[in-house]
Amino acid sequence: MTDATQHSGPMLAADGTPLKRSLARALRMQKIRALMLIAPLLIFVLVTFILPIADMLFRSVENQIVRDTLPKTVIALQDWDPASGAAPGEPVFAALAQDMKIAVEAKSHTRLGSRLNYEFTGAASLFRKSGRKVKRMDLDTDAPFKETFIDIDKKWGEPEIWKTIKRYSPAYTNGYFLNSVDMRKGADGAEARPENQRIYIKLFGRTMVMSMVITISCILLGYPVAWILANLPMRQANLLMILVLLPFWTSLLVRTSAWKVMLQQQGVINDTLVWLGLVADDARLIMINNQFGTIVAMTHILLPFMILPLYSVMQTIPPTYLRAAKSLGANNWTAFWRVYFPQSVPGIGAGSILVFILSIGYYITPEIVGGTKGVFISNRIAYHISSSLNWGLAAALGTILLAVVLLLYWCYDKVVGIDNVKLGG
Amino acid sequence: MKFRSLTAIAATTALCAPMAFAADIADEMTIVSWGGAYSKSQLRAYHEPYSEKTGTKIINDDSSAEAVAKLRAMNEAGNVTWDVVDVVAADAMRLCDEGLAMEIDPDTQLAAAPDGTSAAEDFGELLVSECFIPQIVYSTTFGYRTDLVGDTPPTSVCAVFDTDAYPGKRSLEKRSINNVEWALLCDGVAKEDVYDVLATEEGQQQALDKLATIKDDVIWWSAGADTPQLLADGEVVMGSTYNGRLFSVIEEQNQPVAMLWDAQIFDLDGWIIPAGLSPERQARALDYIMFATDTQRLADQAKYISYGPARASSAPLVGKHADLGIDMAPHMPTDPENAKNTFLYNYEFWADYRDDIEAKFQAWLSQ
Amino acid sequence: MAESKGTDAFVEFERVQKSYDGETLVVKDLNLVMPKGEFLTMLGPSGSGKTTCLMMLAGFETATHGDIRLDGVSINNIPPHKRGIGMVFQNYALFPHMTVAENLSFPLEVRKMGKSEREERVRNVLDMVQMGEFGGRRPAQLSGGQQQRIALARALVFEAELVLMDEPLGALDKQLREHMQFEIKRIADDLGITVVYVTHDQTEAMTMSDRVAVFDDGRIQQLAPPDKLYEEPGNSFVAQFIGENNTLDGVVKEINGGVALVQLDDGELIDCNPINVGVGDRTRVSIRPERVEFNKDRLQEGTHTVKAEVLEFIYMGDIFRTRLKVAGNDEFVIKTRNAPDQVRLAPGQQIEVGWLPEDCRALDA
Repeated sequence: MTDATQHSGPMLAADGTPLKRSLARALRMQKIRALMLIAPLLIFVLVTFILPIADMLFRSVENQIVRDTLPKTVIALQDWDPASGAAPGEPVFAALAQDMKIAVEAKSHTRLGSRLNYEFTGAASLFRKSGRKVKRMDLDTDAPFKETFIDIDKKWGEPEIWKTIKRYSPAYTNGYFLNSVDMRKGADGAEARPENQRIYIKLFGRTMVMSMVITISCILLGYPVAWILANLPMRQANLLMILVLLPFWTSLLVRTSAWKVMLQQQGVINDTLVWLGLVADDARLIMINNQFGTIVAMTHILLPFMILPLYSVMQTIPPTYLRAAKSLGANNWTAFWRVYFPQSVPGIGAGSILVFILSIGYYITPEIVGGTKGVFISNRIAYHISSSLNWGLAAALGTILLAVVLLLYWCYDKVVGIDNVKLGG
Repeated sequence: MKFRSLTAIAATTALCAPMAFAADIADEMTIVSWGGAYSKSQLRAYHEPYSEKTGTKIINDDSSAEAVAKLRAMNEAGNVTWDVVDVVAADAMRLCDEGLAMEIDPDTQLAAAPDGTSAAEDFGELLVSECFIPQIVYSTTFGYRTDLVGDTPPTSVCAVFDTDAYPGKRSLEKRSINNVEWALLCDGVAKEDVYDVLATEEGQQQALDKLATIKDDVIWWSAGADTPQLLADGEVVMGSTYNGRLFSVIEEQNQPVAMLWDAQIFDLDGWIIPAGLSPERQARALDYIMFATDTQRLADQAKYISYGPARASSAPLVGKHADLGIDMAPHMPTDPENAKNTFLYNYEFWADYRDDIEAKFQAWLSQ
Repeated sequence: MAESKGTDAFVEFERVQKSYDGETLVVKDLNLVMPKGEFLTMLGPSGSGKTTCLMMLAGFETATHGDIRLDGVSINNIPPHKRGIGMVFQNYALFPHMTVAENLSFPLEVRKMGKSEREERVRNVLDMVQMGEFGGRRPAQLSGGQQQRIALARALVFEAELVLMDEPLGALDKQLREHMQFEIKRIADDLGITVVYVTHDQTEAMTMSDRVAVFDDGRIQQLAPPDKLYEEPGNSFVAQFIGENNTLDGVVKEINGGVALVQLDDGELIDCNPINVGVGDRTRVSIRPERVEFNKDRLQEGTHTVKAEVLEFIYMGDIFRTRLKVAGNDEFVIKTRNAPDQVRLAPGQQIEVGWLPEDCRALDA
């Protein structure tokens, strides 16, 4: 050692190669082996998680369909001034005729129509109708095209459709994001949507507030249960644990439907209350198809996700702490609040994050029992994915939701500290 | 773009993995439908006789509710595993516009009626899209609890908006389509003017305002089974749903429920063939469609479910229910007795206005 | 301090019984009186009921029957937090989410003490356990010995007159344990507090206590100062449990003037000190290894001697330990001091061993 440290040059291994290099070589093999071991998981996560999220981010701004379908028209429109208040001139229509001819062959004109219909009501039928006519059009002889197109539909003669095409001609757009926050691309950039079309901000807010209420209900209901679980003898604890896990073994739809039977106006709870004389028959409580129903059903469904981390954290808190606190003069409440509770906070943190994030993404239960006031933003995302096919908007909404979750996560880290989250001992 | 198709493949394999192999095997085809009683009626009227005739094994997939989204995902991935898909007409139009369904020529690719009438003529104006072969006419209409409406059962759809005469909850579908039409009809708009009025901002607001008068009395449904259940439980006094669902509540479950039929809104359900199938799969799908939409087959389906056949030539062939033994004709939405006041869903209109009005409707709903 | 060690009962157990399952008694008829200022150790094997007694005194277990009094007042129905008893737990039970100072301040806070007074008390008690600069640390950042000191300090900071310690040194290594034994004893004496100390380590019990209560089978087998316990065990359990001990089985033939004639099982007759046996009883004779003598010159005139065969000789530095076969017992051990004139026995050697009659205690068999 003393010899080696006296050398000014690099340390050498026994065979004379620099020690650093032989160490790196030895470690490289280890690293490659370790990488091979986790490769299946890595690929799985990449394919099923990272790529879809990247795809979602991409779709939320992607807008190539306009310039891909109408390349010549988009170029020709560059010279048109939307403020002129009139439709563009013949060159633009000629370009449109050429583009449409190709698009009709590829049957992509109706696709563009559907896309533009999200921004301009009527675009779908405009392109479908025009496509049929363009099919029979002769590009060489049927000029001028401006009149021909206006003959097909007078909308071509008005500036509105052209403004929309021009506005959405770039390959990337912030339109979906503006739509997601109840705004739209107007003549002078972003502008608020009219009152009667605003919905998403409200739904985002409602989703956050209701998810928090659900999380808090889960804490209030789950904490005592987890405490009992952690303090019962093994055998009884196992039995109770099965009861806690029972909901997991029942289908989500069955559970949610069961809540319908319980909570509806002719349901079990109302029947019982009427029978007991607590509620008049004509004043039965409305407990479903509103926020209350959603909170009850979702709290029930998500409760195990709160109880399990709480339980595993509480299990690691020895009962001597409570005894110690009492021997030091603390009454039951103080001993719990000052000594036991702070040590169970990591469990609450883990459970809350689980429940909150799960409830933000829930849509089946709110759809079934939520009525109009109990639906979440996820219900609209599901609608745009499966019904309206407006995947760009769905992606933008999803991206915002993801960003909000990450933001909340960051806040949680700042306030409570992410080290303070434990799923178990 | 390469990156996108890769992710799309990932997404579709996750969605459709179970069927991925099936479609490649020579004598199998995957047919997508709605599940439940409806799929059962198709199984007995179409699939079983077709398998018997050709030896082709038919695999059922109850994915019609998500068909549009799934077809789009499959198409992006370049791996369409479905051969024939049962969708409502509006979805068929959307799929056709998106280039996800192939165009079918009724004259050459569909069977003519027994009397030689061409298929195009036999289906008539029900051929609402180049890609769509109608199969049944169903209607969205109201049913009511006979024991909760007093001595004067409702005869008009406007009873829905009359909470004084018919107090209690009513169930409506949680979307704008149909509801806004009924709202305008009951707000004094003439039937032929409904869609012109709806095309304007004011008209849309008028419809929402009319719906607002009963907003607190409505339970909004999103699954076809909801209204029958709500009626059976006595949760609602009346509610809209598909006429076949009401048929089973009334005739099969013997609940105290009756059909209103007034201002029933006709809609179509039928077949599409996904675009981009291999030639042999496409040929087989077309062969199936030709078989399943002929006059007799369409009439046969009415033995199992109370939806009207889409061909004019099938109507006289409608017989008795296969299990209940009751005459099916009076339960068809197209029966003259039921069709005194009907309304035909305007596909062109809704293709254009669905995004717009639906957004306003949902915003209104959440207020 | 000395005058406070009066005979006035400070802690009293009167006919206390405890059962967990309603079928067996864990503590059977416990009677114990402790004066103020005493350091009493409950010593016994695990399951002997000593910890249960401590927990009943602390209030975490309730007596099934009987009365526990503190300073003349029955505390059976007083909840633990109102008893004002300090307690040191086996694994210290320092609150991991609080700093050392917060841990120490906790009992003062729940007593609604003002901030400045709290801080002063905490400072004083930290100085007392020589941990003055550790107030800001978390328990997890301290060594085992340091945690032990803090646990002790926490039990003392609110000036409890009675402090209970439940095997407080069990988790420490030997050297540290011995050091802490001394520390605890010093602090207890300085403060004049009354201590009930539970341990299963007899050395600990012997070195620290004013009196030791030896527990077995739910009863106190003997309650006596350490020297008396060692030299005059009251029954064979205590004799066996405390220190090293040789036993020989036999029958009491007669008792004459405080001396019992015991016939051992191989027929040999020896004189013994009868403790809890009568004529005709079977007896187990107990003799401490260091009280056995094989050098005839050192034996009293007329002492009974017994033949023995040397089996093993172990050199242990300060002493020699020799294993013998005596009256059929081949685990008979004698200890002799390593003195200049001491004889070193060799295995196989035939010798005769003897002892004073009063060192040979005839106990229950």
